[in-house]
Amino acid sequence: MELQDKLLSSYIAFEDNVDVNSDVHEIRSKAFQNFEKVGFPSKKLEAWKYTSLNSVLKQDYSLFPDEVEAIELADVKKYFIHEIDTYKVIFINGKYSSFLSQTTHDQYDVCLMSSALTSQKYKPVIEKYFNKIAKQDNLTSLNTAFATEGAYINIPKNTEVKKPIQIINFTTGAQTATMVQPRNLVVVGENAHVQIIERHQSLTDNAVLTNSVTEIFADTAATVDYYKIQDDKVTASLVDNTYAEQQSKSVVSVHTFSFGGNITRNNLNFFQKGEYIDSILKGITISEGKQHIDHHTLVHHITPNCESHQDYKGIYNDRSTAVFNGKVIVEKEAQKTNAYQQNNNVLLSDRATVNAKPQLEIFADDVKCSHGCTIGQLDEDALFYMQQRGIPKKEGKALLMFAFANTVLESVKIPEVKQRITKIIAEKLGVKIGFDL
Amino acid sequence: MSKYTEEQLEEELKTQEYKYGFYTDIESDTFPVGLNEDVVRAISKKKNEPQWMTDWRLEAFRIWEKMEEPEWANVHYEKPKFQDIAYYSAPKKKPKLNSLDEVDPELLDTFKRLGISLDEQKKLANVAVDIVMDSVSVATTFKKTLGEKGIIFMPISEAIQEHPELVRKYLGTVVPTTDNFYAALNSAVFSDGSFCYIPKGVKCPMELSTYFRINEGGTGQFERTLVVADKGSYVSYLEGCTAPSRDENQLHAAVVELIAMDDAEIKYSTVQNWYPGNKEGKGGVYNFVTKRGLCENNAKISWTQVETGSAVTWKYPSCVLKGNNSVGEFYSIAVTNNHQQADTGTKMIHLGKNTRSTIISKGISAGKSQNSYRGLVQINSRAENARNFSQCDSLLMGNECGAHTFPYIETKNKSAQIEHEATTSKIGEDQLFYCNQRGIDTEKAIALIVNGFSKEVLNKLPMEFAVEAQKLLEISLEGSVG
Repeated sequence: MELQDKLLSSYIAFEDNVDVNSDVHEIRSKAFQNFEKVGFPSKKLEAWKYTSLNSVLKQDYSLFPDEVEAIELADVKKYFIHEIDTYKVIFINGKYSSFLSQTTHDQYDVCLMSSALTSQKYKPVIEKYFNKIAKQDNLTSLNTAFATEGAYINIPKNTEVKKPIQIINFTTGAQTATMVQPRNLVVVGENAHVQIIERHQSLTDNAVLTNSVTEIFADTAATVDYYKIQDDKVTASLVDNTYAEQQSKSVVSVHTFSFGGNITRNNLNFFQKGEYIDSILKGITISEGKQHIDHHTLVHHITPNCESHQDYKGIYNDRSTAVFNGKVIVEKEAQKTNAYQQNNNVLLSDRATVNAKPQLEIFADDVKCSHGCTIGQLDEDALFYMQQRGIPKKEGKALLMFAFANTVLESVKIPEVKQRITKIIAEKLGVKIGFDL
Repeated sequence: MSKYTEEQLEEELKTQEYKYGFYTDIESDTFPVGLNEDVVRAISKKKNEPQWMTDWRLEAFRIWEKMEEPEWANVHYEKPKFQDIAYYSAPKKKPKLNSLDEVDPELLDTFKRLGISLDEQKKLANVAVDIVMDSVSVATTFKKTLGEKGIIFMPISEAIQEHPELVRKYLGTVVPTTDNFYAALNSAVFSDGSFCYIPKGVKCPMELSTYFRINEGGTGQFERTLVVADKGSYVSYLEGCTAPSRDENQLHAAVVELIAMDDAEIKYSTVQNWYPGNKEGKGGVYNFVTKRGLCENNAKISWTQVETGSAVTWKYPSCVLKGNNSVGEFYSIAVTNNHQQADTGTKMIHLGKNTRSTIISKGISAGKSQNSYRGLVQINSRAENARNFSQCDSLLMGNECGAHTFPYIETKNKSAQIEHEATTSKIGEDQLFYCNQRGIDTEKAIALIVNGFSKEVLNKLPMEFAVEAQKLLEISLEGSVG
């Protein structure tokens, strides 16, 4: 059976397991109807021109894996940023793992979506924020229809979360291919501050498809640092839909590090609803084999005096393909907007492909908007210079690539995350790094 | 003097009427409206075309019938009703003249009001002018001079009669009939256009120029231009357009094909000033043009365009860099005002090794207009050492207009070097202040700044044309410029 048909026919069974009387159920039904109408995206859609999900959708996925398989911490410890103390919201096959997690309700809520959706206590927050900025498009609708679990983070005003929060989704599916649809909600109150690290990790060689949706709301002067580490197995595919709505003076930054996975698609959407906002979107992509990595960003400048900074670096090897589609919309009310977009790519192989579409749509006259996009190679002269001074070619190349990616790395605020990313990059490039970044 | 503000400028821009809006009353031989196979056959017969040409048109028509009008462009307009257009219109008197004295005085008067003085140009500018008046050429000059060099420059309808082997060999090779909706339509019903062939090793001694005009109300204009530069030759081709003011929308779907063989160079410059509609956005020309050039080894094609007219523009002059070491260039200024919409840019398709392309696009939007740059740079896997530089700058005047950039960059070769940059800005208060301080009034300062903004492109135009282009910029943004 086609995945789409399977999803459609399983919705009724799914409904039996959830509370059909809750408000959320109405949202679900609507989203389901929408998905029924639009289906999975095809290459005919402009937004999916360069990315085809066909190969991924062919798999026969188990949609509701019920058995929570036990995982030994020792086996998965390497996927955690374990050097520092963090809150942890951990899921295995879409189900909460209390054994691996460390949540809190003290001062702020770092807990589960499932309890937030069903408990009366959280009703006002859910009513105000749930599914409010998520687009009514194909894959987000699909997630809204089926998602029951994920991380729920609510930080009240003037609160600084003491330690970073890790959200990790493990998939084990030893028997069959698995599809999971996590749903996260992050609400950050006035002048509050939170750091979040997110990771999707497959522990099986069977195919995994993750269709994740995250909504972030940043109130006045709130600060949100969000790090996405995508270093999954080549059998795992990911569609990540992240939406952020910002009020005045808030700063939201999302760093996406894409190194692994089969097909990875990042839909990152920012909506600016106040003045003096800063939105930061950065990413490093290193791909090899037949990987396909697609970054799709949107920054919607609706109000005046705001800034956005986008910086995406990519290094592509073998037969991998990469897409960058960055869109900046400046509404006519959004005067004095400063929007920067930078996309630099290095191709290491003749069979690798880069498709870039840095797009600007500007309706206001008093703005500074620029975008730059380059595709090129490492500087041969610089490499030669290093070789002359006794640095082997491989290390020299790695140095140059680190330098290339450094503008993104240097803005990572958690040193341990930076170290981890540096380590992953060094492994990818096959070098031991003898230098600190 | 009183302070000249941007508000005043906007006001002036709004009230600026189309200067060339007049209508020549020449008896025309117009077909009834509508399009079917019979009309296509009739056009072909009217032109006394050989059978292969008729078949070619019919094939294109059948393809067109199955096609749908494209909707991806960032423009909104009322779709032309293709069955309400008369597909052929020609001035009845088709004089074959050797001197200007024999030309219809009314026509001459039209040209004079457009600022084109044939005799003056003949003497001073050394330009051969092939004037297209409602699709049929009525005056050709300098043909003899060109003939001595072996250069063929004539209306394409005549070329089909006199050089069928050349036309048949090259027509539709760069823009096939299946290419897109408007190209298919054009292939089926094109009435006339220009054909130019430069023989091996010949450097065309003068700028070739054609002036297009739409003259008959409610008629579509379908030009077909084919320029073939044989090995080692050079030609600079100029095309300029103005159209009289009419209320109903006029459709203009032209096709231009350029072929630059080994070591050849073609420079193709356009000044487009079709009627843009009035300040309420009523009327104006729909300009849906397909322009493409093919470069063989070491060949170079350079497109330069100054787009100030038309209600809706949909135009992407492209280069297919097939040969090794070939070069493609695109220089564009697009000015939109009032309710004009422009979606224009280029495609650079790199197929050969060591191919280079440069894109410089300047968009100026004022009033309630929308100005989009849409471009594609494609490096194929065998295009070693391909190089591209793109720069798209937009200047916005007022907050009711929009500037959009849709660049597509597709790379399949690691040795490619691509740079793309785009900026959007307005005329800075500090820039104006600087000029004012030095005794330059605001109006002149704006002119200075717009001129500076456009300079990179204006410089690429041939001398004779640069002046006219500057004049057009001034008219389109009058009040702000000069």
